[in-house]
Amino acid sequence: MAAKKAPEKSNVSKEELLKFYREMLLIRRFEEKAGQLYGMGLIGGFCHLYIGQEAVVVGLEATTKDGDKRITSYRDHGHMLACGMDAKGVMAELTGREGGYSKGKGGSMHMFSREKHFYGGHGIVGAQVPLGAGLALADKYKGNDNVTFAYFGDGAANQGQVYETYNMAELWALPVIFVIENNHYAMGTSQARSTKSETLFGRGLAYGIPGEQVDGMDVLAVKAAGEKAVAHCRAGKGPYILEMMTYRYRGHSMSDPAKYRTREEVQKMKDEKDAIEHVRDLLIGSGLSSEEDLKAIDREIKDIVNESAEFAKASPEPALSELWTDIYA
Amino acid sequence: MATEVLMPALSPTMEEGTLAKWLVKEGDVVKSGQILAEIETDKATMEFEAVDEGIVGKILIAEGSAGVKVNTPILVLVEDGETVSDAPKAAAPVAEAAAPVAAPAAATPAAAPVAVVSRASADWPEGTPMKTMTVREALREAMAEEMRANPNVMLMGEEVGEYQGAYKISQGLLEEFGPKRIVDTPITEIGFTGIAVGAAWGGLNPIVEFMTFNFAMQAIDHILNSAAKTNYMSGGQLGCPIVFRGANGAAARVGAQHSQDFAAWYAAIPGLKVVMPYSAADAKGLLKQAIRDPNPVVFLENEILYGRSFEVPALEDFTIPFGKARIWREGTDVTIVSFGIGMTYALEAADQLAKEGISAEVIDLRTLRPLDYDTVLASVMKTNRCVTVEEGFPVGAIGNHLSAVIMERAFDYLDAPVINCTGKDVPMPYAANLEKLALVTTADVVAAVKSVCYR
Repeated sequence: MAAKKAPEKSNVSKEELLKFYREMLLIRRFEEKAGQLYGMGLIGGFCHLYIGQEAVVVGLEATTKDGDKRITSYRDHGHMLACGMDAKGVMAELTGREGGYSKGKGGSMHMFSREKHFYGGHGIVGAQVPLGAGLALADKYKGNDNVTFAYFGDGAANQGQVYETYNMAELWALPVIFVIENNHYAMGTSQARSTKSETLFGRGLAYGIPGEQVDGMDVLAVKAAGEKAVAHCRAGKGPYILEMMTYRYRGHSMSDPAKYRTREEVQKMKDEKDAIEHVRDLLIGSGLSSEEDLKAIDREIKDIVNESAEFAKASPEPALSELWTDIYA
Repeated sequence: MATEVLMPALSPTMEEGTLAKWLVKEGDVVKSGQILAEIETDKATMEFEAVDEGIVGKILIAEGSAGVKVNTPILVLVEDGETVSDAPKAAAPVAEAAAPVAAPAAATPAAAPVAVVSRASADWPEGTPMKTMTVREALREAMAEEMRANPNVMLMGEEVGEYQGAYKISQGLLEEFGPKRIVDTPITEIGFTGIAVGAAWGGLNPIVEFMTFNFAMQAIDHILNSAAKTNYMSGGQLGCPIVFRGANGAAARVGAQHSQDFAAWYAAIPGLKVVMPYSAADAKGLLKQAIRDPNPVVFLENEILYGRSFEVPALEDFTIPFGKARIWREGTDVTIVSFGIGMTYALEAADQLAKEGISAEVIDLRTLRPLDYDTVLASVMKTNRCVTVEEGFPVGAIGNHLSAVIMERAFDYLDAPVINCTGKDVPMPYAANLEKLALVTTADVVAAVKSVCYR
């Protein structure tokens, strides 16, 4: 199936475009800062940046309502910012400080917020898929109309548990949206080197789950597809699959030299498909906003990100007694 | 030539059963493949087919007889013109069969209750009326009671609903609680375990039944990485109130892939609680506690114990706290520490040793995480000798860990090295004689105790 085009621009308000611009920019600047702090040794271990994929999570969050849940993999900073978690708490978790969402005990890959219905942050590739279906099962059991977004990558899409979950999610009509963030590379292995399947959403059809491929670099297309999926789920019709065609500009993690693709390929995506530039063009091209308007937002975002970095550096390391807490509820 | 038809073994662990119903009568012509009778095992009611052809000469075991031992002659087939007197002598085994019982459908064959030789248990008030029930019934009652009390408790797993449970633990629950709360799953352990963990985060209290814990290996990532660690990784935000339960350890003659005790594996993981009951009272009280616990609990049952009967307090509601061992038998010469089916050998050994003048104190750990070190250490400080008993492999066993703790904290009290009686360091063989050799036995325990007592 061909990637979807953006819907009629006239359907989008200036406010909504500005909101998308602001949210995507926050993720990008936050991630750039995280990369910088990693280079300074303030962030340790694994750190997977979301730069390039911002439109996916921002567009889908625009379709949610209170009580909807989300769960994702280790490339999770963008999802947390998009669902309203505080940049300071996320950054402080990256630096392993007590002000972090997990008191410094989870790190980049393991953050959660009950309050914002963000269920992680999972380091085992594909594990979040049945977990997400389980969150949906709980909502169905309780009889509400909330939905769960279970995000995973093209790499995770080859895990067996994804298909066990598809089978049960359709069998039990669970209100879960499977969001495949297809950035074309599972660490260093391209999709073509890992499967003969032409599409990933198409595999769901074998289980009876409808789905579609979406231009994941176009936040408006993402939102439109998300609305369709959410309506399907809320109506009790079971799961839905969205294959978001997207691209990560950075390596798989901070330690990835990215030799498996050319500089030209990356540059071409940045030049031609960048999600933030797309919204900027819509705002300025249609005369809705001026360069000055957007610069003001840029400054505002920069302040938020710098503040989060300062907080993350200033927040103390967890007390040594924290070693022994939270093992049991 | 007349042919005797024998009481069949219809499951790996069946030793006796109930002859629920005859579908043939004397004088009937029987074809091979024809259903002769319905036989009730501890797991299910099964149809029993004829292998040989012939005429039913005599029915040797009356309909409704319970406790009919496997291999007891139950019917004689004769050829045309032959009489039963031509048959091999069949009278003697008949006498062994129990008399017909009033309600054969409800009967569950069970071994005699195990006598409680310890002082009164502190788990329930003295003078509490007791009732006899099997471990199977105790587990079922525990789940049913907790499901009645809490609408968010649900059971999921393979064959838990319409099939009534592969081992009949969930028998009748679908009828009482309906398919929303008793959920039959496809055979997809990692998938449904992940779903159950997510459902626990979403506010439910799932009980996941693994047909056996061998199959939980497919799902161990979700038990460890998703259920056990997330409360810690989330700074205490995301507790996971879930119970993983099912048969663990060797059954009988099912080979290496279906016979493994995972107690030490799960007990090694912080964030999990691990329970391995022996008696029916403990099975009930600990399972109710497990369902109420806000943490993931691995609840290790044993297929051979399912059909065993014990005295259980006849209380409307009781639980047994985690981390509290039970002293089954007080003694002065040696401490035998065990759990789960290992208690069978520990208690048998203590009986034998008593006859030889050795007084053994027998401790049932009941929960492996948390583990009641204090009770074990206090006992060892009294007896100065210790033998541990478990079915699992010898390397990285619970007994290894206990030995280390005893060495660290009670070294000066020991009069002999601690001996760990375990299963042998081999994959479980199928052949009956080799399987027997691979498992820990009462004789092993007796020998170990004599060794530490220098007898």
